[in-house]
Amino acid sequence: MLSLWNARKGTDRGGAWFLAALIVLAVAAPFFSQVVPATSAFHLSAFGITLIGKYLCYGMLALAIDLIWGYCGILSLGHAAFFTLGGYAMGMYLMRQIGPRGVYGDPVLPDFMVFLNWKSLPWFWYGFNHFPFALLMMVLVPALLAGVFGWFAFRSRVTGVYFSIITQALTYALMLAFFRNDMGFGGNNGFTDFKDILGFDLHSDSTRVVLLIVTIAALGASYLACRTIVDSRAGRVMRAIRDAESRTRFLGYPVESFKLWIFVFSAIIAGIAGALYVPQVGIINPGEFAPINSIEAVIWVAVGGRGTLYGAIAGAILVNYAKTYLTGAFPEIWLFFLGALFVLVTLFLPNGFVGLISARIKHKEDGPVTPINKEPAIDAVAVSGVPDEKDK
Amino acid sequence: MSVRDKRLYLEDLTVSFDGFKALNKLSLFVDPGELLCIIGPNGAGKTTMMDVITGKTRPDSGTAWFGRGTDLLTMTEAEIVAAGVARKFQKPTVFEQLTVFENLELALAGDRSFLKTLRARTSTAQKKRIDEVLGIIGLTAQRESPGRILAHGQKQWLEIGMLLMQNPELLLVDEPVAGMTPHEIERTAELLLSLAGEHSVMVVEHDMSFVRSIAKRVAVLHEGHVIAEGDMDKVQKDPRVIEVYLGV
Repeated sequence: MLSLWNARKGTDRGGAWFLAALIVLAVAAPFFSQVVPATSAFHLSAFGITLIGKYLCYGMLALAIDLIWGYCGILSLGHAAFFTLGGYAMGMYLMRQIGPRGVYGDPVLPDFMVFLNWKSLPWFWYGFNHFPFALLMMVLVPALLAGVFGWFAFRSRVTGVYFSIITQALTYALMLAFFRNDMGFGGNNGFTDFKDILGFDLHSDSTRVVLLIVTIAALGASYLACRTIVDSRAGRVMRAIRDAESRTRFLGYPVESFKLWIFVFSAIIAGIAGALYVPQVGIINPGEFAPINSIEAVIWVAVGGRGTLYGAIAGAILVNYAKTYLTGAFPEIWLFFLGALFVLVTLFLPNGFVGLISARIKHKEDGPVTPINKEPAIDAVAVSGVPDEKDK
Repeated sequence: MSVRDKRLYLEDLTVSFDGFKALNKLSLFVDPGELLCIIGPNGAGKTTMMDVITGKTRPDSGTAWFGRGTDLLTMTEAEIVAAGVARKFQKPTVFEQLTVFENLELALAGDRSFLKTLRARTSTAQKKRIDEVLGIIGLTAQRESPGRILAHGQKQWLEIGMLLMQNPELLLVDEPVAGMTPHEIERTAELLLSLAGEHSVMVVEHDMSFVRSIAKRVAVLHEGHVIAEGDMDKVQKDPRVIEVYLGV
């Protein structure tokens, strides 16, 4: 693959570091969890494994957002919707896996349906007892929604802040719909109490380790896919659209079609991330559709550094680590911290933490230079893609 | 020469906006390989004429032929571009975050669908063509520089280069030297002169000394039609032109 080659020969240095870190994690996590005894201080608990898996799923969501926002200028404030839909598809499979082991012991109907006095399985639950079918739906449902939504939005040339607002409306509408019991998705309780996946006990440490490794692989593969896209000529067209949309259209590129393809692809990555998230955290409910979740995900990307792909992932992990710590230690300040972080990053670090680091590296390698006669680091160029509105 | 041998032939074009005639029976032609300059005061109809040629505005009456048997008035904007008419707008817009090379690469002729561009590789022949155009527009040294660090004049040349990538038969250039330094103006004159011959070029410009330096034939527009045409000396002596420009 071209992107692997680029990572190796050093044109994608950040990406190479990121992939190396993933490989180290894929080796170290099972080692510290399975080989190091539980009595040792270095033992990685099941909670730790799940936490890392959760962060990586968020990293995948951030990657999906960076692909469309950082490279194509499409700011979606509803991307958690695709994440949650992928999660629900996985949740439906896991619910059907429970079988007769539910509280009510019904061999087919999940507990909440028995509780609602339903007599038979709704048609849209058919097939979810088969893993390949569920797998297909995890990809297809987010893709279909993104396709239909994007087709209408982009064709009507809805751009900029208007697009962001209707994506918020989209995820809010989905949240309200999924809260309703009649929808057949468990209402406000959603799905939980999962037992096993593909016959493996979800509560066993080894299943959790395998799920983490699958998540690492999915994140790595998604990264390489995104990197291949942004390094292709299509990626350059995307950046052209981001910087001067009407000029790109004037050159003969079908701008709407580019946006639609990339939006759908991004939704698929978000859907897979959500599908991997659910078996690890053990619950999915309509709260995941909440508009604030999508906004938080955009903040991760901004904090890490947009338009770099790996920066978005790093941002997601960093901010969520801070969230885990702060909501534990000082629960009341978390939202203030998040708001302050966003304001500070926007004001002082327009290229996020990755931009700060790559500027430092560049500075060290080249020595101090006057910025006038020196082109900025290539990473900084890619990151500083704040879409100027001159074109609209 | 008969009508059929002209590169562009406009006849009796009339465009009115709410009763105001932006073009009033305008007739004009461009020969193959010719460089024609259009001058005229504000509101003379220069931009409207460009809009009609590129399909942006439809005239109320008249005809517009592009070469043999190509009726511009029946074509969409995209079809006109595909037929070989390229327009350079007044304000330069290049892709700021892409390099000069990548700017030209995106302007290459070829399939522009997402899936095709995803797999597109720039061939050796295409790279050669890009380097050739880089030489023509004098930006070989800036090949790997991002568009945003170019000077104003260089951006204008890059944009002309992007039009050249599509090998147009007719180049419409709107006020190319506005805001340029004298040296840049000189370079632009050389560039446009070098393009004539292979392409037909129509330049709309206010700068009289610039027009004098490049034009063999000048057409003067006023109130939507051509009031004088010929070489610069002849046009400047025309009493109607003097009246329009100097208000005598």
